[in-house]
Amino acid sequence: MSHPDPSGAPVVDPAASAPLESLFASMALIRAFETRVAELYRDGEIPGFVHTSLGQEAVAAGVGLALRPDDYLATTHRGHGHCLAKGVDVDGMMAELFAKATGLCRGKGGSMHVADPRLGVLGANAIVGASMPLAVGAGLSSKLRRQDRVAVAFFGEGAVNQGMFHEAMNLAAIWDAPVVFVCENNVYAEFTDSRTMSRVPRVADRAAAYGIAASTVDGNDVEAVHAAAQEAVERCRVARGPFLLEAETYRSHGHYEGDAQPYKPAEESDAWGALDPLSIAEGRLLERGAGSAQRLAAVRSRARERVEAAVERARAAPPPAPEEAYEHVFHG
Amino acid sequence: MSSTAERAPRYIDAINQALAEAMAEDDTVVVIGIDVGAGEGIFRVTRGLFERFGPERVIDTPISEMGYVGAAVGAAMTGLRPIVEIMFMDFLGVCLDPIMNQAAKLPYMTAGALSVPIVFRTQTGAGRSAGAQHSQSLEAMLAHVPGLKVVMPATVTDAHDLLLAAVRDPDPVVYVENRRLYATRARLDRDPLPLGVARVAAVGEDVTVVTWGQSLRECLTAAEGGSPSLEVVDLRSLVPLDMETVLASVRKTGRLLVVHEAVQDFGAGAEIAARVADELFDDLRAPVRRLGAPAVPMPFSPDLERALLPSAVAIAAVAEKLTRES
Repeated sequence: MSHPDPSGAPVVDPAASAPLESLFASMALIRAFETRVAELYRDGEIPGFVHTSLGQEAVAAGVGLALRPDDYLATTHRGHGHCLAKGVDVDGMMAELFAKATGLCRGKGGSMHVADPRLGVLGANAIVGASMPLAVGAGLSSKLRRQDRVAVAFFGEGAVNQGMFHEAMNLAAIWDAPVVFVCENNVYAEFTDSRTMSRVPRVADRAAAYGIAASTVDGNDVEAVHAAAQEAVERCRVARGPFLLEAETYRSHGHYEGDAQPYKPAEESDAWGALDPLSIAEGRLLERGAGSAQRLAAVRSRARERVEAAVERARAAPPPAPEEAYEHVFHG
Repeated sequence: MSSTAERAPRYIDAINQALAEAMAEDDTVVVIGIDVGAGEGIFRVTRGLFERFGPERVIDTPISEMGYVGAAVGAAMTGLRPIVEIMFMDFLGVCLDPIMNQAAKLPYMTAGALSVPIVFRTQTGAGRSAGAQHSQSLEAMLAHVPGLKVVMPATVTDAHDLLLAAVRDPDPVVYVENRRLYATRARLDRDPLPLGVARVAAVGEDVTVVTWGQSLRECLTAAEGGSPSLEVVDLRSLVPLDMETVLASVRKTGRLLVVHEAVQDFGAGAEIAARVADELFDDLRAPVRRLGAPAVPMPFSPDLERALLPSAVAIAAVAEKLTRES
């Protein structure tokens, strides 16, 4: 479903789209990273909490590859995939999850706080909904400084009942801020079926209340996500105001690693399992003769090797020095 | 009142002047808040700014604190230096997340990769029958959160200098005005003290009185009596906390009284008392005392309100008792 766009025709050149091979490679990296992280967490090598995005790779890759390196991105506790798709260094991320001195945040952020401002990544965020006002501010900053950088806020459907969603949407609308709100609707808000927590089943339907254009897309179809994201991002870049993109997907794992998920019906997990975003992309590539099964297996294998190399580096790295705890409370 | 005194700026003028200076010297400085633009602010603190700097730098918002304070933090992370107004300090209750969990934490959690140069401008001030939801001094709550600086200007000069210092500071700073001081007038001192340095507002011998914000006036009035002789220290900021100036004074007097308008229980006075006890136990000639508001919500009645706020008479009485205890 798409709300009518008062500002007219599409702004995206279809020839500029990332090829499916690139989207697949990005998803393969996220899949390899998250799969390995889940194992490492289970084995006690990674401390704290870990929330993986397994099953949701198409949203991260589809949106991530629609962004420029200088575009802003604010994300959630389930943000590894978004950061990887934006180009954040695998070694720096893995070392951060291992709480090592070589981590992107020197071991002071962790899984829920990976950030890399050099790539516009304003951080994963452990407060549900907080990515949205921050992205609105980044969009405002871009607009007032006469830049054409777009800000993306990732959030789950569990965040849309927070006041922050309402306030951020309204502000982005009145300020015409270049913000793409990307709702990953993965059915569960932590342990709760989010369909029971709102009388409005489609998140995109809420956008009309703020005068914001919106659409809902199959979040497991990476090409569909990418096309929709490109459209939304380019609209923002040419100053046509914010956009809400809802991607319907499914969280394969629990809210956090170790969550037994008694609340999920088995048939539901099975049904979504048949809609695995990587399998869909693989099938499509084979069908188009764009790659052999062997070549696609090699892409997955290279991704796993890349992640394993990061794991080895993270294991070998030192923990932060004790005095690191006292640094960076203030800049001045 | 002499003509010279009439021409001296008011506290509120000093804030307005500092806002204009900050915006003039750095075009990334923006003012964001409810009614701050064409409406010139609820107390007219931002008057003239909208006209001079335009709607892109003096940005009106809906009544939506969590949203616009959060957006201001996002803007601070991406190249702007927002001065974001929280109309009454009590309204922190609806927008604490961007202050406490975002601005205060992100520079640390990213090992300094992100900076959040933002000023949260707000005001407090009991004593005007504003009721329990428009009268709270919540500075201790903010000072308790690592990563926030908290400044409380008590004078016209500091209203100006501390605001400019806060805007220029690379860190998130909560700047708390007291609306009961808005009409006070004084000439600006020529040499500004930096943020983080306390000021000895009155030199004395018998009791050190540490205070900040509006209570400074009451303490100085109490000191005018001359007996006992009070040394009044205006902290100017709770974070950074200039304990050196406090300790130097208490070493001299051997007695400490901390006075604040905020509720006494679990207040900033307890922190200062504990630090002095830690450092100067052997130098103290009397127990450390605190004088703050009792732990009740601020009532509406002017009579009740007056009874709760620390007065010059009460300060003088406690100080006098301290000198008799040693």
